[in-house]
Amino acid sequence: MKNKLLLLAFSIACAVVFLNSCQSDKELEYIKYYTNGKLLYEEHCQNCHSSTGAGLSMLIPPLTDTLFLKKNRSKLPCIIKNGLNGSITVSGRVFNEQMPADDHLADIEIAEIITYITNSFGNKQGLFSTAQVSADLQKCNSR
Amino acid sequence: MNKLSIAASFLLFLASCSESKKQLPILGAREAVEKTVEGKTITDTIYQTIPPFSFLNQDSVLISNKDFDNKIYVADFFFTRCPSICPVMHRNMLKVYEKYKGNPEVKILSHTIDDTYDTPYRLKAYAKKLGVEGDQWEFVYGKHDSVYTIGEKSYLVAVGKDENAPGGYMHQGWFILVDKSKHLRGAYDGTKPDQVEQMMKDMDVLLDEGDEK
Repeated sequence: MKNKLLLLAFSIACAVVFLNSCQSDKELEYIKYYTNGKLLYEEHCQNCHSSTGAGLSMLIPPLTDTLFLKKNRSKLPCIIKNGLNGSITVSGRVFNEQMPADDHLADIEIAEIITYITNSFGNKQGLFSTAQVSADLQKCNSR
Repeated sequence: MNKLSIAASFLLFLASCSESKKQLPILGAREAVEKTVEGKTITDTIYQTIPPFSFLNQDSVLISNKDFDNKIYVADFFFTRCPSICPVMHRNMLKVYEKYKGNPEVKILSHTIDDTYDTPYRLKAYAKKLGVEGDQWEFVYGKHDSVYTIGEKSYLVAVGKDENAPGGYMHQGWFILVDKSKHLRGAYDGTKPDQVEQMMKDMDVLLDEGDEK
């Protein structure tokens, strides 16, 4: 009886591990994007937006406004690639500065940066795929 | 028991050592001069000193070295459209500003190196958005030559136009600590929070030094 129980527990454990491994391809991709994204963020974004995503006073908007990032999810690739001009409201504050363009970034790098930002600083949006970046960029470039 | 008391006195001795006042070195060039005082020839050292200057600040008021007499101050070089190290420098400098806010013996002096764009009007907008009020932290505008000369010759900070640099200007992120006699007493990497922490400790030392120098 005891053996049977043990066997049952073991097979359940096996099943869990097996099921998890099925998920792991996607999971792995997310982890890869997030990790590379962190490095790219430190190189390209952190000077202005800071290591905590807090921005700088009224000069540089924070990346902690989860609602803003959710609402503008499809615009994020264009903002990073082409920069930003004009007034935006983030965290209830109005910012009207210039964000420089980073047009030498590859689509996959933009996807990694967005994956990092939208899953840090209180955000939790999951993977942002390279295909999504390419599609979003086509939309804003054709405008 | 005897051993214990020896250990205790040793500890006391160590403690007394660490209590000796820390002094900051005087940086920059120096030269020895001989002069005659009361018939005797003595040798004196002349340290590098910040020469007289005058710039327009963010309120379009002409300020000069006299506004820094009997004050310690931190000088740096930046420009408002700088996309690289300036935001980091001023994020760190804000901590210094907050710590010494209202202290009449402490000032901050930020020179713009972009005299085509950063007019006093734009410096004012920048200061306001950064959260800086009053004139304890001066954001100053000067003609290209005067700013670059005082930067490189007096504060020993490299600045320059460079089309390949982000934003069109290259400069170093040093925070230069200057004492009440306008001698250079420290240089800290303004992009590194731990060095700025150290600078604030050194500023306290300098304030303690008072008017002895």
